[in-house]
Amino acid sequence: MTSAAPSGACPLTQQQLIDEYFIEHRTKILDIAAFLDRFDRASEHNAEEDFRIRAFTKAVAALLDSENGGRMRAVQMLLSDPRTDLLPELDRKSAFGAYESR
Amino acid sequence: MDYIDHHAHMTSRTTDDYDQMALTGCRVLTEPAFWAGYDRATPEAFAAYFDALTDFEPKRAAKAGIQHFTWLSLNPKEAEDRALCASVLPVIERFLDKPNVLGIGEIGLNRVTRNEVATFEDHVELAIRHQHLPIMVHTPHLEDKLKGTRVILDSLASEQRVQPARVMIDHAEEHTLPMIKEQGYWAGLTLYPQTKVSPQRAVDMIEVFGADRICVASACDWGPSVPWAVSHFIREMRRRGHPDRLIQKVVWDNPSEFLGQSSNFKLTSQTAAEVAR
Repeated sequence: MTSAAPSGACPLTQQQLIDEYFIEHRTKILDIAAFLDRFDRASEHNAEEDFRIRAFTKAVAALLDSENGGRMRAVQMLLSDPRTDLLPELDRKSAFGAYESR
Repeated sequence: MDYIDHHAHMTSRTTDDYDQMALTGCRVLTEPAFWAGYDRATPEAFAAYFDALTDFEPKRAAKAGIQHFTWLSLNPKEAEDRALCASVLPVIERFLDKPNVLGIGEIGLNRVTRNEVATFEDHVELAIRHQHLPIMVHTPHLEDKLKGTRVILDSLASEQRVQPARVMIDHAEEHTLPMIKEQGYWAGLTLYPQTKVSPQRAVDMIEVFGADRICVASACDWGPSVPWAVSHFIREMRRRGHPDRLIQKVVWDNPSEFLGQSSNFKLTSQTAAEVAR
């Protein structure tokens, strides 16, 4: 079924997107599945509650929710520090990739 | 297609990279001051770095047919040391009259500390004091990006002399781009493996938020990065059927408009002739 392209649309149709991009995204989702299986097969289960893996699994769940303004924004927010207060001093040079609430 | 890369740390790259960038259409690049991977300890170390950015790199780029411009600052990863900042700001001022210096950058925040904010605001003051030089702002990465972008925008909004049209907020992503554009700033999307934006996501953002006041860059540096990433963006735009006039707006017209606010941003006759071909 086709309809007029809404504002913000990708020029390609859904069918064209599948034909053009399915394989590369199939690869990506298999990589995620393999990573989570690898995590379960780890030689020692010592980080089941690590803040990064918790955020990661929430982000994976968010992929199935097309409501509430889009998956991309939802995942970005799940991986972000929601606060605006300043650190009193530098604790480290680099970020971790997910927010650890204390 | 000819393109401008507004953010490339070429000091960390090889001469072969300049050649490859030229082969993919890069005609102009601008190099913001960057963190070397270790902390420069003295003003003299910064002076040597600024000398490379204003003398050695333009010559190296020219051999590949690329015009090189630069931005000077302490990088946000060096911003915690307030005493060092105080000693380096006068060094920056000494280099501002070099012909390839466009403005102050990249300044901004890293872990969003009190000292980083103070150093950021010192740099903004420096830019404003010099006829409001253009400013390139680094926003933090990963989980710190949302927080850091909010703090940066609040800080800039509190300084009434800041003209948003003369400021680029770089490393924008899906959750920060709307607030940057709504407040009248330019936004940079940096095409960088793993920790920034893929070419595919950059094109998504152009589709969703429009192409006005958005530029794309490689942000290549000493980390895993692709100096010719802008050509990947061009290819992705074409892959989706976007017209060349829209692509040119993002990779040439937009950066030309933003960078052209610096009186030093002048294309050589050779660059102009190649682009006009």
